[in-house]
Amino acid sequence: MGIVSPGFQGRPRPAGPALPPGQYLTEDFPVLSAGPTPTVSPQDWEFVLATETGAEYRWSWPELMALPQETPTVDIHCVTRWSKRDTSWQGVSLDTLLDGVDTAAGYAVAHSYGGYSTNLPLTDLRDGRAWIAHTYEGRPLPAEHGGPARLLVPHLYFWKSAKWVRGIRLTTTDEPGFWETAGYHDYGDPWREQRYAGD
Amino acid sequence: MSAALTWRVARLAGRRVETPTAHTLLLDVPGWPGHLPGQHLDLRLTAADGYQAARSYSLAAPAAGNRIEVTVQRVPDGEVSPYLVDVYAEGDPVEVRGPVGGWFVWRTDQAAPVLLVAGGSGVVPLAAMVRARRAAGSPAPFRLIHSVRTPADALYADELRRRARDDPGLDVAYVYTREAPADWPGGPHRIGAADLTRHGWPPDRTPLCYVCGPTGFVEAVADLLVGLGHPAGRVRTERFGPTG
Repeated sequence: MGIVSPGFQGRPRPAGPALPPGQYLTEDFPVLSAGPTPTVSPQDWEFVLATETGAEYRWSWPELMALPQETPTVDIHCVTRWSKRDTSWQGVSLDTLLDGVDTAAGYAVAHSYGGYSTNLPLTDLRDGRAWIAHTYEGRPLPAEHGGPARLLVPHLYFWKSAKWVRGIRLTTTDEPGFWETAGYHDYGDPWREQRYAGD
Repeated sequence: MSAALTWRVARLAGRRVETPTAHTLLLDVPGWPGHLPGQHLDLRLTAADGYQAARSYSLAAPAAGNRIEVTVQRVPDGEVSPYLVDVYAEGDPVEVRGPVGGWFVWRTDQAAPVLLVAGGSGVVPLAAMVRARRAAGSPAPFRLIHSVRTPADALYADELRRRARDDPGLDVAYVYTREAPADWPGGPHRIGAADLTRHGWPPDRTPLCYVCGPTGFVEAVADLLVGLGHPAGRVRTERFGPTG
């Protein structure tokens, strides 16, 4: 327990399932990004999965839409401490995209239109835990939230769910991304409160 | 990797009332490691029953030894900010951890022109840059455009007016969205390309632009700057949502 601040009581303790430590619920969908929002039209959008040997797998927008679609409803947790319950999405599972991809890589780096990047272990993209999401609450994902498509990896802090995603590169070594080289945690598990490097 | 950021006890040494709803807290934090202008900290409160709530706040000024400053805007129905503005008493402890953030920062050895565009209390980390610039004697030319609802909402207005007069190479301009001073040219309006052209830098000066404020403001200004010809890579943004 920390040092008590006299007179602080806090809100009534929220009912329902526990949130990750240090998080509070919001009904909004706050926007966080490091620069201007890139404008990418679905006609120009392309997603490239590249393996550690240089093999590339490409999907255009119509090709992505033609793949099996999933509709996850998930809680999301931002490192800036807001959490949002029961967000509903539509997209393509990374299991689908990785199916048949021959790789021995242990890591992945997601790259975005606009230059953003974030890293995560490849295993965190498998087993129904990650999607390329293009629809939010039944509507096309707005640009400020990462549209036309973003990575969705809700079991990690939300900066790992790269907005405006354009590709994933599989790597044999861990290559820290944008926030990971700016003081944030390399893995970012909200349940272990891995906010900053060293947590 | 770097060592973990540790929670440190901070005690309130004093406060400045900036506006009726925003106070600057002067905190003494033994062991504070120092910080760059634009960085923030996490501040944590613990109740008697062990319940904790934490929020992030921008550091408002360069550290002076163990003394740091944060400006807190009281959020209606908030959990942490009403305590900090209305209840938190001199000498009482909170815990802080930081500094945090290695992107939305200005380093005093950066020579390029700087454009700072603030919406509301988004001026806090930008004021930290203005203060650090003078403290370091940096010659980097700075222009600050601050969009506020009314003159009474303008944080640090007296200080920024004084600095615009006394700090060489610093210009400060205001945009009022609801209520402007009498005879204010243009009257109340939302910030537009004309404001950024008149009070900012032309793109060929390749300024580094820092934009901080509420989401809608940041989205609009960043788009305007890119539309005026500033490379997206020269525009850094930070959302300054009300954190309860």
